Amino acid sequence: MFKMKVSFVSAVLLTLALLLAACAPAGSGAQPPAAGDDSLVIGLVLVGPRNDRGWSQAHYEGGQFVEANLAGLQVIVFESLNPADKPEATLAGVVADMVAQGAQLIITTSDEFEEDTTTVAASHPDVVFINVSGDDALTGEAPPNLGNIMGRMEDMKAIAGCAAALNTQTGHLGYLGPLVNHETVRLTASAYLGARHCYETYRGEDPDTLQFDVTWIGFWFNIPGVTLDPTEVANNFFDTGVDVLLSGIDTTEAIDVAGQRAAADEAVLAVPYDYLHACDSSPAFCLGVPFFSWGPAYLAAAESVARGQWEQSWAWYGANWDALTDPAQTTVGWVDGEGLQGQAAADLHDFIAKLASGEVDLWAGPIVLSDGTVYVPAGQSATDEQIWYLPSLLQGMGESR
Amino acid sequence: MSRPAWLPRLWPLLPSFVALLLTSLLLLAFGASPPLAFGAIWEGAFGNQDRLLTTVAFWIPLMLSSLGLLISFRAGLWNIGIEGQFILGAIGASWVALSLQLPAPLQISLQMLAAMAAGALWAGLAGVLKRWGVHEIFGGLALNNLAIILTNYLIAGPWQPPEGGSFRGTAPFHADALLPLVGATRFSVVALGLALLAFGLVVLALRNSAWGLRLKALGRNPRSALLLGVSSRRETLLAMAFCGALAGLGGAVRVLSWFDSLRQSISGGIGYLALMVVILAAFRLLWTPLVAFFFAAVLSGSVVLQLRTQLHSSLGNILTGVLVLLVLLFGNLDSLRAWWAEWRAGRRRS
Repeated sequence: MFKMKVSFVSAVLLTLALLLAACAPAGSGAQPPAAGDDSLVIGLVLVGPRNDRGWSQAHYEGGQFVEANLAGLQVIVFESLNPADKPEATLAGVVADMVAQGAQLIITTSDEFEEDTTTVAASHPDVVFINVSGDDALTGEAPPNLGNIMGRMEDMKAIAGCAAALNTQTGHLGYLGPLVNHETVRLTASAYLGARHCYETYRGEDPDTLQFDVTWIGFWFNIPGVTLDPTEVANNFFDTGVDVLLSGIDTTEAIDVAGQRAAADEAVLAVPYDYLHACDSSPAFCLGVPFFSWGPAYLAAAESVARGQWEQSWAWYGANWDALTDPAQTTVGWVDGEGLQGQAAADLHDFIAKLASGEVDLWAGPIVLSDGTVYVPAGQSATDEQIWYLPSLLQGMGESR
Repeated sequence: MSRPAWLPRLWPLLPSFVALLLTSLLLLAFGASPPLAFGAIWEGAFGNQDRLLTTVAFWIPLMLSSLGLLISFRAGLWNIGIEGQFILGAIGASWVALSLQLPAPLQISLQMLAAMAAGALWAGLAGVLKRWGVHEIFGGLALNNLAIILTNYLIAGPWQPPEGGSFRGTAPFHADALLPLVGATRFSVVALGLALLAFGLVVLALRNSAWGLRLKALGRNPRSALLLGVSSRRETLLAMAFCGALAGLGGAVRVLSWFDSLRQSISGGIGYLALMVVILAAFRLLWTPLVAFFFAAVLSGSVVLQLRTQLHSSLGNILTGVLVLLVLLFGNLDSLRAWWAEWRAGRRRS
């Protein structure tokens, strides 16, 4: 009896499976590209998911921008390449398959991939590699087929810090930091410099009374059990007197938590990061967002590879100040959020205009590190290299991990 | 109601088949062709020599951890702390790698020994906690978290790279500390040798040793084992330590070949994956390496699956997850029959 049932069930399942296999339309799903045609294939490696409404999504949409603007171009994406999400995957393996699919340009979009990109690029000398945010092309560690791209987010972070300082009632700002490296240190310091400047200039307050606390969660985004939980850190900031929270991580916890707390009638605001539409989850409590738009830089790289004229460089793209809100025209930008209103909005735009014209130089000395060392003496201004390699946070900033 | 002898043996294939079917439906729902998708997995796992070696390289630490779990499960222990033991092994190996510089064979042997000792120690802690009344599941989970915190502390603190503290990892170890690799892959012949040696050892321990028998007695019934003169304390600790040592060895292989330094998320859940492997293999000795290899192949292959289909990146995990779930639910023919009989009896009564 039982046996009969079993064989009956198996027979049904087998038939179903065969039917499925036979009926599956041959063209469904993405096909590997036909080898041998002239179209350019780009491989795009993301550290997080393509829809994180933050860092990785900005890169993903940069890839889509190139696809839309360069005929016959195809972008292959590999997302969430990090040892917590994909213990089985390596950059070398991913790149090998991208090359097998015809990729001539491979963009690795995280500082996580810097070291591995250098190794992998050396083993594929005919393919152009770009590591975003790295500096191996500057230091000379990179093989000739590897370049670097980064945006001058420092200016946008200064705007973010200014917006926060113009809106704080408690005089206490929080910064949700990812991990500690040169990039995150200089960006966090930039936000602080912008905040100090605006607190003093537009509000007439003593900038030394502005409290600015940074908590490093330990990675670019939440890895449960491994990093600090950014939602918890954000709540903790608001519980301890912070009323404007700036985000430096890849994902949207700062604005999400601010939205939840604001919905419960708390006077809190946030400045998210990375992605043009990062305000969308709680627009009313968002002061604006400093965003990356990788499309223009990727398009330029793709075009030069397609023409066979790519040359190694370490490119640190500044803002297009005349088109600061247009992702098609600038690599870094700032858009106001609905939470930015009245005098604060006017003051912020005054600040932006002065940054653009060079009237305000936030990196003019004295710049003092957190341990009290003078990094840039009075009367001088920090060089690009000094900003890029800022060794620690600045005096006056609080730091915890 | 007689049934042929092959039925219970081949029965687990049926849930596997259903899992394949379910994932096929899922793929169709995503608008992808199942043959293309499974073809991509196959190619990703075995497509060329490099891919095959990468699959094997991922399999080795998973296999070592699974072998360890066979021992602890045999003693009736739920060693969920294996993830932490794996991480401690990585830390132990890294400690030697960062502090000593000896000729490669000596250096690597010392690293392996340190890894095994660290893993065994961490497992022993869970065993000691158990004696104090903390169930090994809870003790193990707590120790897993501690292991992660310890890694984060080490890579951001005392072992931070010279360019400054970040949470990413230590600086790469010196060349004599790393396992020699084949070509551009992460595959190491030494690691494979160790895994095979470990397999032989576990087979011997469980099949042909008095210790294996004592573990079995302990696992089946701790109280009567005690009456037979099996010390549950001693055997519990020993079984945990043995398992921890093998997991620690897995962690060492991971840092010394897959990576070249101690990183954050060094394991990425390989310990938990090993639990699934051993459960899916129904705790059977010869099935375990095969099931572990199946997992390694599916996960390894899903890298190419994602690249070729541009579908969601967790499809490989979904496939293995559905499979384990179905096998756990329907894999045991006897309990299924018992359940069926009960249900029918209940219906007749009402």
